[in-house]
Amino acid sequence: MTDIESNPLTGQPAPAEGYVTADGRQIGGVLMDLRNITLRFGGVEAIKNISFDVREGEIRAIIGPNGAGKSSMLNVISGFYVPQEGEVWFKGYKRGPMRPYEVARLGIARTFQNIALFDGMTVLDNIMTGRLNKTKSGFLSQALWWGAAEREEIANREQVERIIDFLEIQNIRKTPVGRLPYGLKKRVELARALAAEPQILLLDEPMAGMNVEEKEDMSRFVLDVNDEFGTTIVLIEHDMGVVMDLSDRVVVMDYGRKIGDGSPDEVRNNQEVIDAYLGVAHD
Amino acid sequence: MAHLAAPAHADLQSIPALLARNADRLGNRPAYREKEFGIWQSWTWHEAAEEIRALALGMLVLGLKPGDHVAIIGRNRPAHYWSMVAAQMCGAIPVPLYQDAVAEEMAYVLGHCGARFVVCGDQEQVDKVLEVQSMPDAPRNVEQVLYTDKRGMRKYDHSHMNALSDVQAEGRAAETRLGEELDRLIAGLDYDSTCVMLYTSGTTGKPKGVVLSNRNIIETAKNTSEFDGLNHRDEVLAYLPMAWVGDFIFSMGQAMWTGFTVNCPESAATMMTDLREIGPTYFFAPPRVFEGQLTNVMIRMEDSGRVKKWLFDRYMKVANRVGPKLLDGKSVGFGDRLAYGLGKVFVYGPLKNTLGYSRIRVGYTAGEAIGPEIFDFYRSLGINLKQLYGQTEASVFITQQPDGEVRSDTVGVPSPGVEVKIAENGEVFYRSPGTFVEYFQNAESTASTKDAEGWVATGDAGFFEESSGHLRIIDRAKDVGKMADGSMFAPKYVENKLKFYPNILEAVVIGNGRDYCTAMINIDLNAVGNWAERNNIAYASYQELAGHPQVYATIKEHVEAVNASVAEDEMLAGCQIHRFLVLHKELDPDDGEMTRTRKVRRAVISDKFGDLVDALYDGSNSVYTETEVTYEDGRKGKIKATLRIEDVQVFGQAQAQKVAAE
Repeated sequence: MTDIESNPLTGQPAPAEGYVTADGRQIGGVLMDLRNITLRFGGVEAIKNISFDVREGEIRAIIGPNGAGKSSMLNVISGFYVPQEGEVWFKGYKRGPMRPYEVARLGIARTFQNIALFDGMTVLDNIMTGRLNKTKSGFLSQALWWGAAEREEIANREQVERIIDFLEIQNIRKTPVGRLPYGLKKRVELARALAAEPQILLLDEPMAGMNVEEKEDMSRFVLDVNDEFGTTIVLIEHDMGVVMDLSDRVVVMDYGRKIGDGSPDEVRNNQEVIDAYLGVAHD
Repeated sequence: MAHLAAPAHADLQSIPALLARNADRLGNRPAYREKEFGIWQSWTWHEAAEEIRALALGMLVLGLKPGDHVAIIGRNRPAHYWSMVAAQMCGAIPVPLYQDAVAEEMAYVLGHCGARFVVCGDQEQVDKVLEVQSMPDAPRNVEQVLYTDKRGMRKYDHSHMNALSDVQAEGRAAETRLGEELDRLIAGLDYDSTCVMLYTSGTTGKPKGVVLSNRNIIETAKNTSEFDGLNHRDEVLAYLPMAWVGDFIFSMGQAMWTGFTVNCPESAATMMTDLREIGPTYFFAPPRVFEGQLTNVMIRMEDSGRVKKWLFDRYMKVANRVGPKLLDGKSVGFGDRLAYGLGKVFVYGPLKNTLGYSRIRVGYTAGEAIGPEIFDFYRSLGINLKQLYGQTEASVFITQQPDGEVRSDTVGVPSPGVEVKIAENGEVFYRSPGTFVEYFQNAESTASTKDAEGWVATGDAGFFEESSGHLRIIDRAKDVGKMADGSMFAPKYVENKLKFYPNILEAVVIGNGRDYCTAMINIDLNAVGNWAERNNIAYASYQELAGHPQVYATIKEHVEAVNASVAEDEMLAGCQIHRFLVLHKELDPDDGEMTRTRKVRRAVISDKFGDLVDALYDGSNSVYTETEVTYEDGRKGKIKATLRIEDVQVFGQAQAQKVAAE
């Protein structure tokens, strides 16, 4: 599955055939391909020779017990960590070492496990920061708020307003983020990530610490984002119910190794996965 | 500026006719506004008329026939108001439904009216309609589902489903083909064609479809607009459920008649912000909205700095004394005028602005009794808040308060064109141009509600105050009784007065056929618990707090204050409370003591708490009782308690009678 035949010169991925999900969504070809990734921190191997792919339009989950290396994996995708071994292929290109902002410009946005918003700024301003990568007008124009800067900000604001409408947070538009409850902050983070109009959205435990109702809301938004914008989603989540309901394919990690990969049903019946979750003694 | 001259009545006999007139005479004035994507979008009357015509043509293309019912389910949005008018143009009947109804409730109404077309606000409503259609015994009468918000709808089977904007596009394309037919259908509408059908919530039995004709709506809108001098420069905020008759009269009837602007909020949650941005000149809200806003103001003032707090307290005192008088046009001394003027600069103006009430000329509240303090608060700020009394069957208006004659305990004089009479038993009857045509497919209920001469029973008991000529509603007619000495017994009247105190959550007044009245009271755990915390009063349970001597003392003060206020009223002076007790448990729908809408079930209570009632009348000072309760998981248990019974001072006439009897 991992060897897609693509031409790095034209950047055209070969139309590796997709599949149709249970609810009738057409999943496209390979969007991102991770090949033999190994990541070390000193002597610790956080990720051991892992390969998997992410297809266009799918919701891909990474699960595993605490310390399995899930967040490290997400950080590799987002360019924050550069793996010592292995290759990251994105849209048919092999990605060289990149700064995170360069990765963001390629169309990959993320939310954080611990909310990373600007507490003193309003919801609107926070989401507007998500548009920063799309801003091209120069410093002078920005300072004077004239010409290109003005036009650009109006266009950005319009995009942001559509996201605010989509995530149903109109009522807190002007509220400083610091005053919001946890569940809403998570939603604002999602909004900021969406503002960058990403092709791949990385969600690091989007439901952690939420009550049932908030989880339901967030699940609905994740599905809607995928459905409405066609955004490919990679998410890490601990709540198994949520993962199994939301995702199309699941990668299971344990101690830096990949121990399972497939549809939620396949993963659920995988003996190694069951052992990892029930806690069998490791060698 | 465009001007609405006295219209020739003959050709203004339907909502579509009024729309055409407005597009003609007020063409470039705003008709509808809606906040979307953070910006107020607006449509002029001319644009609205074009949108509505396109929608009507589109509905014809889809096969809508005269006499069909079109259900509309969604929040207040211009597109939904347009759908109603478009349906009327096609000779069909709009039926707005409550958007928060669950599928089972919706199933009955959709089946009862036999709607062939349903307009849904969004995916959530579409899902409910589809769920209804797939129920095993549901009537499958819905043929076309139209929806406003396209989000999430892409994957649905669209063989019988269309986005409203697509319907409009098809309608525009069909203008040359179907334009003449539409004009013919519009011309066919007259005063007696049905304007709208609204389902009453129905406290007993199934909801009933109230059929209102163009005559009902337009005559009522005309009379009441003239009563309050509404005109095309007014602004309203449409935020109350579209299925409620009030919204139809305000946002459709009166808006079409006067040509004022209907503003739709961005979402239910942004209503307060949108209210402030629009600053409506004409506003309606149920008492709980005003109550909530007042509580908010008070909490924020408690948290504010000392100077601000001092300023607020000082000038609110002035406002209480002077404001209502100024509003009623009574004479006020120069000093007071000056103080009020200063208060306006420092407090009232900014406060009104914060609340969104800066521009209000006419405000109404109705639906339930409003606490006098709440009512007076708004009036003292110079907000012309008034009360009205009405019901769906009357196209809202039965009575309303004229400017300058406003009080919290009356509901005003009969609205223009409305006749009101009081029956032998005190029940209020009315007859008016707004009186409904019939209950849809329910001749029996129609006959039992509306008599041959057109008089309709309201089910409420009330009387006209001789001094002012205003109507006062006392209670539901079936609850009003007689005391042993023949004087009137109106429990809800007294209970409402008791419940205006934040410490009292519920009260049940007993006394039908008795010598004197007694009461069982539920404390409000939030308010009383808060008070206990501030005063270092320790308690372990609701029961303990309810029985605390200091709580009893506070409640006793409240009851005596209510007695003093009841005694002022000659007719109801007999309803003063002589003895009371504080209940050891909260009245609960789970235990059958209240309905799900939190209305007290008197029969259940007098039966279940029979021992307490006996003790209230046998002169004892305390009573031991055991009560069965149902826990949330369905298990049952018993609470045991000894309750103290307190005697209360009564006033005036009643007191004299009691002394004489002893």
